[in-house]
Amino acid sequence: MTVAYMQAIAERYKAIGYTPYRWFKAEEGPAWMPLAKPLADSRIGVLSTAGAYALGQMAYHYKDDTSIRRIASLTPAAELRFSHITENYLKDARRDPDCLVPLTALRALAAEGFIGGLADEVFSCMGGVYSQRRVREEIAPALLAALRQQKVDAALLVAM
Amino acid sequence: MCLGSALDIFAAGRAPRATLVDYPLGHSTGKPFDPADQLDIVRAALAGLQSMTRAETITRLPNQWDTQGLWRADAMRADGGDARQPRDETPQFQHADDRAAARASGALRD
Repeated sequence: MTVAYMQAIAERYKAIGYTPYRWFKAEEGPAWMPLAKPLADSRIGVLSTAGAYALGQMAYHYKDDTSIRRIASLTPAAELRFSHITENYLKDARRDPDCLVPLTALRALAAEGFIGGLADEVFSCMGGVYSQRRVREEIAPALLAALRQQKVDAALLVAM
Repeated sequence: MCLGSALDIFAAGRAPRATLVDYPLGHSTGKPFDPADQLDIVRAALAGLQSMTRAETITRLPNQWDTQGLWRADAMRADGGDARQPRDETPQFQHADDRAAARASGALRD
């Protein structure tokens, strides 16, 4: 049995007197795009919603921050940082960033030829944005443009 | 490919492809300081890009957080779980030194 997060979080919000949490529920199914070439020839992009930033970059703020960070894929794990409104989930990632932004594993998979390559830059946003409209109109287009600029064949979206 | 630990949220969002790792939130790509687990999870998720053949497929990985699974009860508690931080527009640097590094790079001007 998996955890019913939507129910648990809605109850948690109700218990502390917040307005009811309105989860996004997609009305239409997604488009389907088969992988155009073998994985071993595909350049892979990455998106993390965990509020990752690299040392020297700005941290996120917690009031619907819709900015994104471009992080060099060669960034050492020791230079990755996190700021996300639900900081309690970051305890381990702040000790070992590869729990949420797996640059070490991705570089290894590129080196062994399991994937064709890793994008030069990976991207992150702070997933705790309460406005569905701002996610749709601000974050999603910015990330799509960033991934296209990296000329990736497919992307791995790591949710926190 | 979406990779994460909340099956119901993936299903509600109708992700085109998803890989579920049934770990406590905050460990979507593996256990801390366990590079073999992290490599296994990321490899499995990426393999799904090639093996999945229809939209809204969700593959559940066999990886187990522990043998007891007691973390699930904690995650379900209505009085526990995520402790959200105050919502304001102050950048929340992980370390005080990060602020100095951001200022030195020109990312932060204050």
